[in-house]
Amino acid sequence: MSSKRELIISKIRDGVVIDHIPAGRALLVLRLLGISGREGGFRVALVMNVESRKLGTKDIVKIEGRELTKDELNLVALVAPTATVNIIRDYEVVSKFKVAIPDVIEGLLKCKNPRCVTNQQREPVRSRFRVLSREPLKLICDYCGTIHELNDIEKYFGLT
Amino acid sequence: MAWFNQDVISVLDFGREDFEVLFSEALNMERYAKSRLDILSDKVLALAFFEPSTRTRLSFETAMLRLGGRVIGFSGTEATSMAKGENLADTIRMLDSYANAIVIRHSLEGAAKFAAEVAESPVINAGDGSQNHPTQAMLDLYTIWREFKVIDGLSIGILGDLRYARVVNSLVQALSYYRVKLHLISPELLRPRQELVEFMNSRGMKYDWTDDPYGVINDLDVLYVVRIQRERFPDPMEYEKVKGAYKVTPKLIERGGKPSLIILHPLPRVDEVDFAVDNMPQARYFKQASLGVPLRMALLKLVLAGDRP
Repeated sequence: MSSKRELIISKIRDGVVIDHIPAGRALLVLRLLGISGREGGFRVALVMNVESRKLGTKDIVKIEGRELTKDELNLVALVAPTATVNIIRDYEVVSKFKVAIPDVIEGLLKCKNPRCVTNQQREPVRSRFRVLSREPLKLICDYCGTIHELNDIEKYFGLT
Repeated sequence: MAWFNQDVISVLDFGREDFEVLFSEALNMERYAKSRLDILSDKVLALAFFEPSTRTRLSFETAMLRLGGRVIGFSGTEATSMAKGENLADTIRMLDSYANAIVIRHSLEGAAKFAAEVAESPVINAGDGSQNHPTQAMLDLYTIWREFKVIDGLSIGILGDLRYARVVNSLVQALSYYRVKLHLISPELLRPRQELVEFMNSRGMKYDWTDDPYGVINDLDVLYVVRIQRERFPDPMEYEKVKGAYKVTPKLIERGGKPSLIILHPLPRVDEVDFAVDNMPQARYFKQASLGVPLRMALLKLVLAGDRP
């Protein structure tokens, strides 16, 4: 990051920096990670619409004091396929990776088939999708077999 | 994969070798389909039919009784606690504690898979919404195998509601294990769903689609007919548009070029096969329905007792 941007938000000590989020999707990334800000106990910083050499403009999310697993962080790829994750320990980047959609996505998305058993409110069942193809993105509902494409997922997250 | 203690949710849970074991067991069971073979006398089978059924339910029940086992269950939810609002998971948990296996039919897609996750006993899918009907597909393959002694190399036409009929979905999936030529025949509105098309492509299946059965009848060894699944249409107006859109008549069958041509239908029939076809030598759908008992005897034996002779 440039020194200019560091003026906006200071470095974090221990936590995660999710960089290269397409501009305007930072709030969505937080929603996807299940962070509303009301939980307390950890700090979150958002940077939106800053310049990026790769993307033109981008968002950045910094989360300090809350552990997130690699699987959780990889879910970010559903809405921010360009995102990179930096794991920070004692102000230093200890690992860095590009997010990739996990093979199985559980409990996050809702199946678009109204006749799918996972859409029954009174049944103790969570949605489960498997990746059928990554390029173009296609997920298949593990219960009813309905295929979901990128536009279905974007629609679900209110992106179209 | 062995059958013993396995859930039967989709034909894709099994492979060609498993079908061969099943068919040879079913052939053996034909000898007992009108008598009795006491190999499941200590077992109870639960039939949980949340949706209407005649053949599937009664053939499972007959199969279990012929194997010396007992049957509990319900057909329709009126007389059960579901009428009081009990959910599927609780109903399945209860049946699981009473029975050694559960056969389920439900209008929701994925219901059988969900039931299998809830239950410890094996769950057999007897139809879930528009998705799967694996035991019907096994019966269809068995009937074809009985007629031709082979499935590879056949030319199979599937005529009717390719969009909503679960039997079509399961049959096409099961046929993906064999080298067959598939002719899909339907009105435009009832073409197969994206899921089935992508499946056939991913398996490299040879298939084409037409709306005219007369154009392909000449090439067929098997003409498999399904009714229009009125109950699955989200919009009744759509059903009205395709109602009565196709009918198998003696005229169509007489145009068939192959002497080996047979006509199959999972039944029930509405008006898509003319009654005059029933007496033609090509009609095999009643035979197919009767084979449902030995096929399901074989399945129950394999799931509940394994493949020991």
